Amino acid sequence: MSYKLTHLKELESESIYVLREVAAQFEKPAILFSGGKDSIVVTYLAYKAFYPAKIPFPLVHIDTGHNFAETITYRDELVKKLGARLIVGSVQESIDTGRVKEEKGYYASRNRLQTTTLLDTIDRYQFDACIGGARRDEEKARAKERFFSHRDELGQWNPKNQRPELWNIFNGKKNMGEHFRVFPISNWTEMDVWQYIYQNNIPLPSIYFTHERACFLRNGQWLAAEPCMKLKPNEKVEIKQVRCRTVGDISCTGLTLSKAHNLTDIIAEIAATRITERGGRADDKRSETSMEDRKKEGYF
Amino acid sequence: MNGYLDMELLRFTTAGSVDDGKSTLIGRLLYDSKSIFEDQLEAVEEASRNRGNEEINLALLTDGLRAEREQGITIDVAYRYFATPKRKFIIADTPGHIQYTRNMVTGASTADLAVILIDARKGVVEQTLRHSYIASLLDIPHIVVCVNKMDLIDFSEEKFRAIEARYREMAIKGGIRAQLHFLPISAKLGDNVVKDSGNMPWHHGGTLMQLLETVPILHKSGDEKEPMRFPVQYVIRPISDKFPDFRGYAGRMAGGVVHIGDEVKVLPSGLTSKVKAIMQAEENLSVAHTPESVTLLLEDEIDISRGDILVNANEAQPQMSRDLKLMCCWLNEAPMQLGKRYVMQNSVSEGTCMVKEIVYRLDINTLEQQTECTTLQMNDIAKIKLHTSTPWVYDSYLQNKTMGSIVLIDPDSNETIGAGMIVGQGM
Ligand SMILES: Nc1nc2c(ncn2[C@@H]2O[C@H](COP(=O)(O)OP(=O)(O)O)[C@@H](O)[C@H]2O)c(=O)[nH]1
Repeated sequence: MSYKLTHLKELESESIYVLREVAAQFEKPAILFSGGKDSIVVTYLAYKAFYPAKIPFPLVHIDTGHNFAETITYRDELVKKLGARLIVGSVQESIDTGRVKEEKGYYASRNRLQTTTLLDTIDRYQFDACIGGARRDEEKARAKERFFSHRDELGQWNPKNQRPELWNIFNGKKNMGEHFRVFPISNWTEMDVWQYIYQNNIPLPSIYFTHERACFLRNGQWLAAEPCMKLKPNEKVEIKQVRCRTVGDISCTGLTLSKAHNLTDIIAEIAATRITERGGRADDKRSETSMEDRKKEGYF
Repeated sequence: MNGYLDMELLRFTTAGSVDDGKSTLIGRLLYDSKSIFEDQLEAVEEASRNRGNEEINLALLTDGLRAEREQGITIDVAYRYFATPKRKFIIADTPGHIQYTRNMVTGASTADLAVILIDARKGVVEQTLRHSYIASLLDIPHIVVCVNKMDLIDFSEEKFRAIEARYREMAIKGGIRAQLHFLPISAKLGDNVVKDSGNMPWHHGGTLMQLLETVPILHKSGDEKEPMRFPVQYVIRPISDKFPDFRGYAGRMAGGVVHIGDEVKVLPSGLTSKVKAIMQAEENLSVAHTPESVTLLLEDEIDISRGDILVNANEAQPQMSRDLKLMCCWLNEAPMQLGKRYVMQNSVSEGTCMVKEIVYRLDINTLEQQTECTTLQMNDIAKIKLHTSTPWVYDSYLQNKTMGSIVLIDPDSNETIGAGMIVGQGM
């Protein structure tokens, strides 16, 4: 009888292979941990890749200061459970030290400011490979991203000068001061991630499941009415049953009206939804090519 | 929901000349399989309107970076994803423009199947041969020839058959090894892409989607007869109270299967031992198949490090040599230099080598072999001879893709400049 590997097993195997390549080819790698489901899956895969040894990289969290409290609780518990090292890069600190300037107005977001904090953190700890949870299906600029993505000494991405990646051979060679971004779950879709979380019983922060929250509607998108959000006069706060489909900085995390309270509900909901998860993210809506522009500057 | 958790994964690549309708075809596959979300569709509708297109332009769905949008062409390999209840698909979308052989080689390197487009009005052209040859060179098991724009030739069976016959003739001459499939389609109108065509009752070969959903995925069958290959990627040594003596060899199965108790040999050292345990994190397995990532534990404490290959001592062994013959595709603007030291790398090993000789350069449009070449330019395909500084453990590419493939890296720029498929030993 011929043997068949399921798509989830094959994706898992590929991602573990990539993570082990990072450990073998780099001296100071780190996992960029946002607290979102994708970086949670990457961390889980890293746990599997090196078991019974500890994950040989620290988790790096770029903290905008505008977090959902649940994400931070989850992060700290996970770090404790894995015995991992946590490094926090603070956007507030970058603002206080004048590295970046806080945006003003209703659409102020710290999302873009993260890039400076991230690059400063990479520089400070001399990380030579930063592992991220980005997927190629998320956004068009990501569709041509490599598994091993080279960044110049300024941390910038040049979409025209990417190394060809053939078979399963990853070239991580670089000069001093340059680094790589590595994306082990490049080939996963949103559905794959949810199915994998379900199949492996991976715990998630509670904000991914339905809960009551104070929200307001802006441009057809529900956002959390947290203190860091500035409401326009015509926007009013309502209590809604919502959940997050993707988690980032509060200012750009759209909330979905949902009654899904477990993973089976979520998978059914996603199978039926007709909006991509980034559709809920205000940061992508700024222009047709906003993701590409941010990536060039060194964004995640 | 169960059905969705155990789908198989099919990776395919697409090729065609500019304007044969490749972007439209991919857009059609995504659109008709309901893999396009409302917000993506809205964005494309708006972009179509901004460009003055009347109908929505499905090709824009697969349009990537700004530079391309400005030039109106795709410039690199882009990956797309969609799924049906039967399978999950990864498309490596590569451009058909003449100078992009290297992109197609890249996209083809991981593909189980190649879709090659032909414009029904033009029939088989020079580039069709080129695309088919590359697919075959990279040993893609299936080629699906889609004769597109059938609506522009009145859905004529006669013309379709003539193109098919012409292609088969060319494939024989070109030594194309893949299994061939032929489909008459209209990407623009959707005929035989996802939905059956009412316009071509003479066609009984089903739709492209049906084919993608059912074609056997050859290289991933975890063939019991294929010899075991396990390149060691990383050695796991926790050095903890709980696992003081643990020494696990982490890697991804690159051929055949491995069972507990199998007698294994380490290459290049030649030392032997037995498999004591096969682990996937906390889980203990009795057998592992290609391409699973596992950790192997051996009975004896022997010296093994990254780059070593574990094989079954009782099966066919890989070759070992310092002189290799390979088919090579040059990927970089800097031309190949004979005698220059390059780094060669495969999935886990690295070495130094130099190109001793270019046996011939292939005219990719006519498959004519040009001898007496002294350099290769970007997008050239050639047969070359390499000399390595230490013995290289390999299988021929046709026997085992992982064991038979390498990339060449320029130590001065660190760039990946060449891709090689090992043919065999060659002084
Ligand atoms: N009539 C007709 N036109 C098509 C068909 N497929 C694509 N086209 C048109 O051919 C042109 C080139 O298509 P496009 O998908 O951009 O080609 P690509 O360069 O191969 O990606 C566009 O104007 C399409 O609308 C088809 O099946 N029938």
